[in-house]
Amino acid sequence: MRYETPATIEAAVGLIAAETGIARVLSGGTDLLVQLKAGMIEPDLVVDLKRIAATREITAEAGGFRIGSAVSAASLREHKALRAAWPGIIEGLKLIGSTQVQGRATLTGNLCNASPAADSVPCLVAAGASARIVGPSGKRDIPVQDVPAGPGRTNLAKGELVESIFIPAAAAHTGSCYLRFTPRTEMDIAVVSAGVSVTLDASGTCTAACIVLGAVAARVTIAEEAAKAIIGTKVDEAALAKMQAAASAAATPIDDKRGTKEFRIEVAGVLARRAVEKALERARGK
Amino acid sequence: MSKITVSATVNGDAADFVCDATETLLDVLRDRLGLTGAKEGCGTGDCGACSVILNDRLVCACLVLGAEAQGAKIETVEGLANGETLHPLQRKFIEHAALQCGVCTPGFLVAAKSLIDHNPDPTEEQVRYWLAGNLCRCTGYDKIVRAVLDAAAEMREANHAA
Amino acid sequence: MPLDAKPGMDFKVIGTRPVRPDGIDKVTGRARFGADFNMPGQLTGRVLRSPHAHARVKSIDVSQALKLQGVKAVVTRDDFNADAVDPALMDVLVNVMARDKVLYEGHAVAAVAAVDAPTARQALKLIKVDYEILPHVTDVEEAMKPSAPVLHADMFTDGVEPRPTKASNIASRVEFGHGDVEAGFQQADVIVEREFRTEAAHQGYIEPHAVVASMGADGYAEMWCCTQGHFMVRNISAHLNGVDVSKLRVTASEIGGGFGGKTTVFLEPVALALSRKANRPVKLVMTRDEVFRASGPTSSSYVKVKIGAKKDGTITGAYAELAYQGGAFRGSPVDMGAMCTYACYDLKNVQVVGYDVVVNRPKQAAYRAPGAPQAAFGVESVIDELAQKLGMDPIDLRLKNAARDGTKSSYGPTFGPNGLIQTLEAAKNHPNYKVKLGPHQGRGVAVGFWFNFGGQTAVSMNVNIDGSIALAVGTPDIGGSRASMGLMAAEELGIAYDKVRTIVADTASLGFNDVTEGSRVTFSSGLATVQAARDAIKKMCGRAAQMWGIPEDAVEWKDGHAHPAGANAGNFPPMSLADIAKDAGNTGGPIAGHCEVNAEGAGISFATHLVDVEVDPQTGRTQVLRYTVIQDAGKAIHPTYVEGQYQGGAAQGVGWALNEEYIYGKDGRLQNAGFLDYRIPVCSDLPMIDTVIIEVPNPGHPYGVRGVGETGIVPPLGAVGNAVSHACGHRMTVVPMSPPRSLKAIKG
Repeated sequence: MRYETPATIEAAVGLIAAETGIARVLSGGTDLLVQLKAGMIEPDLVVDLKRIAATREITAEAGGFRIGSAVSAASLREHKALRAAWPGIIEGLKLIGSTQVQGRATLTGNLCNASPAADSVPCLVAAGASARIVGPSGKRDIPVQDVPAGPGRTNLAKGELVESIFIPAAAAHTGSCYLRFTPRTEMDIAVVSAGVSVTLDASGTCTAACIVLGAVAARVTIAEEAAKAIIGTKVDEAALAKMQAAASAAATPIDDKRGTKEFRIEVAGVLARRAVEKALERARGK
Repeated sequence: MSKITVSATVNGDAADFVCDATETLLDVLRDRLGLTGAKEGCGTGDCGACSVILNDRLVCACLVLGAEAQGAKIETVEGLANGETLHPLQRKFIEHAALQCGVCTPGFLVAAKSLIDHNPDPTEEQVRYWLAGNLCRCTGYDKIVRAVLDAAAEMREANHAA
Repeated sequence: MPLDAKPGMDFKVIGTRPVRPDGIDKVTGRARFGADFNMPGQLTGRVLRSPHAHARVKSIDVSQALKLQGVKAVVTRDDFNADAVDPALMDVLVNVMARDKVLYEGHAVAAVAAVDAPTARQALKLIKVDYEILPHVTDVEEAMKPSAPVLHADMFTDGVEPRPTKASNIASRVEFGHGDVEAGFQQADVIVEREFRTEAAHQGYIEPHAVVASMGADGYAEMWCCTQGHFMVRNISAHLNGVDVSKLRVTASEIGGGFGGKTTVFLEPVALALSRKANRPVKLVMTRDEVFRASGPTSSSYVKVKIGAKKDGTITGAYAELAYQGGAFRGSPVDMGAMCTYACYDLKNVQVVGYDVVVNRPKQAAYRAPGAPQAAFGVESVIDELAQKLGMDPIDLRLKNAARDGTKSSYGPTFGPNGLIQTLEAAKNHPNYKVKLGPHQGRGVAVGFWFNFGGQTAVSMNVNIDGSIALAVGTPDIGGSRASMGLMAAEELGIAYDKVRTIVADTASLGFNDVTEGSRVTFSSGLATVQAARDAIKKMCGRAAQMWGIPEDAVEWKDGHAHPAGANAGNFPPMSLADIAKDAGNTGGPIAGHCEVNAEGAGISFATHLVDVEVDPQTGRTQVLRYTVIQDAGKAIHPTYVEGQYQGGAAQGVGWALNEEYIYGKDGRLQNAGFLDYRIPVCSDLPMIDTVIIEVPNPGHPYGVRGVGETGIVPPLGAVGNAVSHACGHRMTVVPMSPPRSLKAIKG
């Protein structure tokens, strides 16, 4: 295995595009090193992005935030403006592994590891975030939900990598929240999760909502019917009940060591509702 | 396999080493630098026994490549005491019997130091959540949490007095 | 040994809370654990393990591995001479290196020693094993069915008359009890009968197994390893490798947790074999994955309980049936489980039947009070349900039927003085028992019992020239026992605690010591330490007598000094231990005390636990709100470490009760071999754990000590089960009570 530390994104792309064997990008390494340890992968080349200055930066852009691919979860948690705009994204970051893991883990890594249970992804999707992909043929932006192709697989082409993630500005009276279910309080993988964003108008009517479920399908699930159940309403009890049922209905999970299908369907609705209630509180507080 | 040459600072001292690309920082600390305080309990970031502070961030040394340490500042349990004088956390761990077998202790001490560096006045809940990545199987955590809270209080008092 | 510690005896050192002698080493990173030791020229070893749950090993071809540059040795079954192995150790041999079959996923089939870890890993890939896959069974109830795949063609159930002629997976049947249970049930006004199941839990010590072995062609060998019993490691490793026990010296490293899981061998005989073949030191360290797949978790179980009682709460009959799987070999702790099942109760009519069952899982190893928690889960749940049906307080129901001094136990012996009643009364009066509960909250009570062991013990105590003491014990210190030994030595000698240095001696320096297990160390090594101190005192009195020119029996020992034993003995100023030590060279040479004993008189220990939980009615998730452990320690030598044992046992029990379990796929492979998915409690999962130490002295120990390590894990499954059952409004019968199971219970 070769270990390379290119100084520019272009050089990084050049390295991975030129590699004839298996190439892996290293940012936080909290998934990559586990896979190496288990012998799941034996890459010929590992390209560490952290020596590229831009990957370590959080920059303001169009009222939103551009997050370099090597910014750690711990750094993001300390970013006051991001915390204020998108508390749900921060809640997701706070649940990735442990304090130690958050010292290294990145948004981009969490996204590109392509686990349907990734804690930071549902709220990124709910926030309308996009990933900037750079490759031999240039740059393109795609919605974050289009990066994972399925568990452990991405839609990135050979030689491509994610350079940064863009999180747009939050509209006025928007609240977000991320909740997950795990048997332990910490150090766990989501059995089911819900990341939501809710926007209200001045009268308290919901004008926009996005409800995203994790760990209930091969990729995160955007529960459109659930969002429709509250859009245009004052998000009263009837709308919430309808939303909860729709969220459960949108879940298409499997039975595995972490939970049963039946349990995940039930709890997907519960979490969606609790997350929406919390997001509403936040939207109303603004 | 060609080796990689790395220069880092470990507990304030320059440390130069060579390693394979696949070696973790934990492997390097234990096998190349002779610092066996950090333990491998799992090798997958799930137990915290290898906790070290890397450029002021608490990390699991098993989830860092040795090669990544180029130019980095690393703090391990071996650097906590100042000569004969134990760090307040070390003293309080002994006084509170916050260790039974002691294999998780270096990781807890480093993690707790990182907590107090970030938050000198943590609540019990903050201590428990910050340390959730450090597994202890002997104590049920009770005496560990008490030791950390007590050490933090003592350090606040010392700072206040100073 | 008679009790010479009178209640209220004026201890000077015992019961204080000094810092431990290994404290600074352990907070500075200097303490050396199993994997922290290296030898010059050392090779790295790795073990090849079976990917199959059950298969015949048709052939093993290591030729390609041996050709790899840097590989120095490969061992397989052919490197161990099974014909020369004691039949009683044959299962141990087969477990450390598979022979004709692999019996579980993770079963060792070969091992390599190479110049570094990458080479060793590469070498494993070059070993070709030809397997013939066989049907497997991992569930205890499935394994008992006549149609189940049979693991051992020569296993015919012991303890059944007539002996079966057909091989099965039931290794043995045991039975304990007295009276007539059927007659007892006829007298009952209320009978509760239920079935319970518990999944297998792992000890979850944070330090993986590790060993460094160095053996020359002449058979002389050194070994360093993390174990609860280095004498056991020496005897077994030497025997399996066909060398004299005296040629192998084993040093116990600091041990990073054991809880019973390090009371046997896994890597050690293999490391020795590799070292001999390579003629270089070899280090073997398990990965966490290997620890889960290939060391010993505890048994999973099926437990049926039936208890009948009169309206006033008097239990008239109690029956239980236990089936424990012990992994791929006979020896599950069902016998101890059956003995403990009803040990907390004073019963006229009681019967317990147990079955030891084999399945395609790793060989179980002891786990804190092995066998007791599973049975206690069933019994304590049924007692709780009886209390509900009778409208009685669950503590009152237990008090009415509790074992006491003079109770004929369900497994035979008649109990002496013990503290069960005191723990129950303390529980009833504890403030935590009076806290008002909120919605979705429940309170659970349970009691538990453990025998506590004695066993073979040797201690050596050297009086140094400056009056300090070198105390050598042979029982690895897994939780602060060096501090306790130092306290007992100081107490008996009448000197300060910090004048005693206690070490765990290697196997060449001390007589044989049984493993650190069964909560035996503070009792047995403590008893031996006191005896050794008395031996040294006798010699010191002799030296004083010599110097004073009076008869030896005219000298007595008080407060660390030799005194003339009365006015007739002469008028000499007292001579301190240090004074006598200083002149030892002129009065007969070195002064040492010894004790070699098979310690008897271990004292039983009981506990009562209280727990409050809250269960999320929409997700089934359980949060422990408060937890209280009340246990009889006999005498707490170092109270802080006694509390630590109580808290640790409770935390492990809570983990087992709520989330820990071995999950097997249909393919017979373990699905959660890591700390991420084998969920031991993390810091934020638990509240502070309150403790109350009851002291009812054990007449069998000079200071009244009872073992304290194990009883603490016996009540939690039942206590948490009762609390969750009340919070959910549904009786929980499966451990762990994971969220999906609890949610299902709530939803009905």
